[in-house]
Amino acid sequence: MNLSVFYESLKVMANGMSGILIVMAVFYMLITVLTKLFPENQ
Amino acid sequence: MTDLLTGFKALSLGNIFMFVVAFFLIYLAIEKEYEPMLLLPIGFGAILANIPFSGAIGEHGPLTILFNAGIITELFPLLIFIGVGAMIDFGPLLKNPKMLLFGGAAQFGIFFTMSMAALFGYNLKEAASIGIIGAADGPTSIYVANRFAMNLLAPISVAAYSYMSLVPIIQPPVIRALTTESERKIRMPYEENSISKKVKIIFPIAVTLVAGIIAPTSAALVGFLMFGNLLRECGVTERLSKSAQNELANLVTILLGITIGSTMTAEGFLKLDTLKIIGMGLVAFIFDTAGGVLFAKFLNLFSKNKINPMVGAAGISAFPMSARVIQKEAQKADPSNFILMHAVSANVAGQIGSIIAGGLILALVK
Repeated sequence: MNLSVFYESLKVMANGMSGILIVMAVFYMLITVLTKLFPENQ
Repeated sequence: MTDLLTGFKALSLGNIFMFVVAFFLIYLAIEKEYEPMLLLPIGFGAILANIPFSGAIGEHGPLTILFNAGIITELFPLLIFIGVGAMIDFGPLLKNPKMLLFGGAAQFGIFFTMSMAALFGYNLKEAASIGIIGAADGPTSIYVANRFAMNLLAPISVAAYSYMSLVPIIQPPVIRALTTESERKIRMPYEENSISKKVKIIFPIAVTLVAGIIAPTSAALVGFLMFGNLLRECGVTERLSKSAQNELANLVTILLGITIGSTMTAEGFLKLDTLKIIGMGLVAFIFDTAGGVLFAKFLNLFSKNKINPMVGAAGISAFPMSARVIQKEAQKADPSNFILMHAVSANVAGQIGSIIAGGLILALVK
């Protein structure tokens, strides 16, 4: 069992999960802005 | 006569066992209709690869040539993404963008399984390739495994596609274990907002730019998916969009499946690693589901409008299977509860989330 790889994977997990949630939050804001800028009735 | 018997004499127990595995995959595809588009070509490819002295594989074998041209170069999974992008309607997600968060949270199984694989002694790249089974997205799994652990490509692909088809069996017990009946009965009102064509056109371009700039390694993955979607939404390339959805996706699916199947040789597949990978794939799907459900419960701590936590579980990429499972579970708890549209939005978000997760893994794992 290589614990150093495991610790490294925990770091990737922390960065990966926070990264993906941040990217999704950015997309959320992007959609909100786009729907405000270009509403259906225009 | 002896020449005709050469093949029989060379048949090993491993070859025969692999025939059984191949027949099982074909059986699942035809009889159970589990991911038939992929499991059938994979099963047949495995038969071709395990015939002694098979002319289908080897230096001049067509399947090896296809493997070198389409898998090693990463072309097949990327071309499939164009087709998938042309098939996805982001409308439900654009109407309900909060659900994007579940598309992120339900990727937790990828990272959990990666750490688990690291504990089992795999190096980080192999562990990441095993974890990516939890993306519930075959082409992403193949793309990442191809970059990081070519030696594990066959079991990873088989596990990814098999578990995608088993979502209706895997998700309900996990959801029930993590939610109370009253949580499963939570109703979520749905507002039908219209989305303008401009938003639908700008969205895939903007996502490509944002994702590409944040994680440049994901540019091809995200870009090809969003390019397919742009073909669909722009309204002036209907022929191309239909070709991407049908001819392109079907042709590449045939070639991808049979080529992956051809890597399932007895020497490469019959290892303890294969069993471990198949087991960890299941763990990945379980923790994806758990990640989505628990994240929804976490949001409920702060939210006035409660979210049915089951919707979080739909944040995986297996579309539309997972959304259907969630609606079915909601109706078991309360036959008049209708959360399908929310689940569909989360499920579409999962399709984006799995690709972003793949891109981040490529960027973070050195």
